[in-house]
Amino acid sequence: MLGIVRGRIARGGVNASSLQKIRNQSLIYASSRSYSSASKEMTVRDALNSALDEEMSADPKVFVMGEEVGEYQGAYKISKGLLEKYGPERVVDTPITEAGFAGIGVGAAYHGLRPVVEFMTFNFSMQAIDHIINSAAKSNYMSAGQISVPIVFRGPNGAAAGVGAQHSQCYAAWFGACPGLKVLAPYSSEDARGLLKAAIRDPDPVVFLENELLYGESFPISAEVLDSSFCLPIGKAKIEREGKDVTITAFSKMVGYALKAAEILAKEGISAEVINLRSIRPLDRSTINASVRKTNRLITVEEGFPQHGVGAEICACVVEESFEYLDAPVERIAGADVPMPYAANLERMAVPQIEDIVRAAKRACYRSVPMAATA
Amino acid sequence: MSAAATKIIQPLPLNSTTTNRSPHKALFNPLKATPISSFPASTRKLRLTKPNSPHARRRSTSIFAVSDVVQEKKPTSNTFFPNLLITKEEGLELYEDMILGRSFEDMCAQMYYRGKMFGFVHLYNGQEAVSAGFIKLLKNEDCVVSTYRDHVHALSKGVPARAVMSELFGKTTGCCRGQGGSMHMFSKEHNVLGGFAFIGEGIPVATGAAFTSKYRREVLKEGDCDHVTLAFFGDGTCNNGQFFECLNMAALWKLPIVFVVENNLWAIGMSHLRATSDPEIWKKGPAFGIPGVHVDGMDVLKVREVAKEAITRARRGEGPTLVECETYRFRGHSLADPDELRDASEKAHYAARDPITALKKYMVENNLASEAELKVIEKKIDEVVEEAVEFADSSPLPGRSQLLENVFADPRGFGIGPDGKYRCEDPKFTEGTAHV
Repeated sequence: MLGIVRGRIARGGVNASSLQKIRNQSLIYASSRSYSSASKEMTVRDALNSALDEEMSADPKVFVMGEEVGEYQGAYKISKGLLEKYGPERVVDTPITEAGFAGIGVGAAYHGLRPVVEFMTFNFSMQAIDHIINSAAKSNYMSAGQISVPIVFRGPNGAAAGVGAQHSQCYAAWFGACPGLKVLAPYSSEDARGLLKAAIRDPDPVVFLENELLYGESFPISAEVLDSSFCLPIGKAKIEREGKDVTITAFSKMVGYALKAAEILAKEGISAEVINLRSIRPLDRSTINASVRKTNRLITVEEGFPQHGVGAEICACVVEESFEYLDAPVERIAGADVPMPYAANLERMAVPQIEDIVRAAKRACYRSVPMAATA
Repeated sequence: MSAAATKIIQPLPLNSTTTNRSPHKALFNPLKATPISSFPASTRKLRLTKPNSPHARRRSTSIFAVSDVVQEKKPTSNTFFPNLLITKEEGLELYEDMILGRSFEDMCAQMYYRGKMFGFVHLYNGQEAVSAGFIKLLKNEDCVVSTYRDHVHALSKGVPARAVMSELFGKTTGCCRGQGGSMHMFSKEHNVLGGFAFIGEGIPVATGAAFTSKYRREVLKEGDCDHVTLAFFGDGTCNNGQFFECLNMAALWKLPIVFVVENNLWAIGMSHLRATSDPEIWKKGPAFGIPGVHVDGMDVLKVREVAKEAITRARRGEGPTLVECETYRFRGHSLADPDELRDASEKAHYAARDPITALKKYMVENNLASEAELKVIEKKIDEVVEEAVEFADSSPLPGRSQLLENVFADPRGFGIGPDGKYRCEDPKFTEGTAHV
């Protein structure tokens, strides 16, 4: 089924562009009718909610813990309905004590429960980062395999709209650097469902980076994805759109931007291959390299800060493994190297936009003059 | 038996009439605040603050026990009690545990200076009464969470001395196969959940283990699950945010946990008095609705009595307790600490209250054991520790392939290799020769 969805997009032409149009519309409207009556549509929010629901009913050891997850139905309504269904012992509303409840989750995971700890945004995970890294990620190693930590830390990551510097940082690069953690970043509803289920079933600590602006977006979803045992493998990227001229890697919201940029580029005769990383750690280096060996050009897109970012790691790994295949320098597109400003126009400049991706692709294909590095 | 025990533990009425406080006790003057209800096992019911009544708050928040610190008083205070506090077997068990802790730590110091041990090593000399007093009351399924000063907690919980010594030498036969080290003692078999280098880090983890015990009883319907968790930490930790966060949540959800503060008055070179606005740590419990108890941590019998009550409270589902043990470490913070800031007279004062000599004196004077029997135990422990060192010495270092093992429980977390298959499926992966 995955292959069929991929094929639909890759074939280009009328079907793909109408799919894109529908995607654009669903940013504003609620789930709209898809062009094909065979596939359903589901928002990312519903996908996450259904994944949590199914995993909680399948395994009584799974419980959700975080601020506002219970009576408030979730700060972003991801845990809606779970309190009524499973009760307050399994959907635990906590006081505002990230370090405390992240540590409590880790302690419970040491003992065989499977907590899903929600951070209202990943910015607040910095208050608990000691527990994520030191007592979760490193424990299996320090105890030589005696104590594994089957915990999931999830929440929205990255910039939302106009929330200012302290609520907008992307943590993919920081968590992606730590051994012992698995870091996932879903894009579509299918990603959200499959990866969250895989994360909850995984015996290791998983950092699950969602995106607030994607919660309301609808994506077509096949019957296979709706099955309660649907799981996506951790560590495998997905080629969202096949192409032959330039590879664009992205994760989370940037995949949507990359796909739109690919549409624009297609009109100008550049066929872009878009890779949805899905998994930041472990990074699917083999898919990325195979794609670069095919297209010979690479653009990495991410929302986070440029220095030591995910793009830097991808660039290094491609240079190490596929140097001879590169026909142009690797282009890194990242957020501006500044704390996120508040003003709407400045915020737009601080986050990558579709035009940036298009320009970079053209530069990589020698269609335009290289720009000096901007902030 | 329990009725008799209830009568025995009456530290409050006894001490409120005594005026004999040792000079250093000016530090702790709990009797400035009038004791309202006594803890742990008074004949009156334990009165806890109702959260919404300010009047009650003023009256019954101080729940504590004051310990008699003057050593010489012990024999006479015993005549006040009709029965002894321990049986012979219990006494010998405690003695053996404390001697094991002391000999082991002394041997660690020797080995460190000979270069067999390295890195950060924090020794527990002087604090053995707290470990023996608390941990010897636990079942195997109960958990212990500790700090970097964790060798003796692991030993008291039942981790074999040879496993701990090998771990310190960094050998593959250690309890964590040499991957943890002095500060990270983990044992799933004995439910020792670490071993944490960051102070305060173990407290939320311990609270989580207690949460699991409650969850298993209430959600997973394992009706007889009454496992208790002990969290050990020091005076410096009591100024850390995570401590307060966990006191709050443990009290809120009535978790079966005992917070044991090993107040040895020093956090490396920072005196507790210089770092804390209110140095009486037991007082911080009642602020969250938890009984706060202060006990003489150099006296294993007193610690054991308080521990019994606190652990039973937790097992009955009545919630957490905060126990402050006034204790002292005879050595520096770690083996790298020159220990220059502590006053010689303070050290001498506490050296005179060595818990092992105190217990020995108690047992001999009350005819629980003879000197000869205790000597036999000491000799036996010497042999155990020697054997542990030999075992550790002769154990092999970890193999090269062990570097990449156990990072993940599911090693597919290492991702996919260039050939498109999972890295961990590459046979060269565990040999340590595959590129990661």
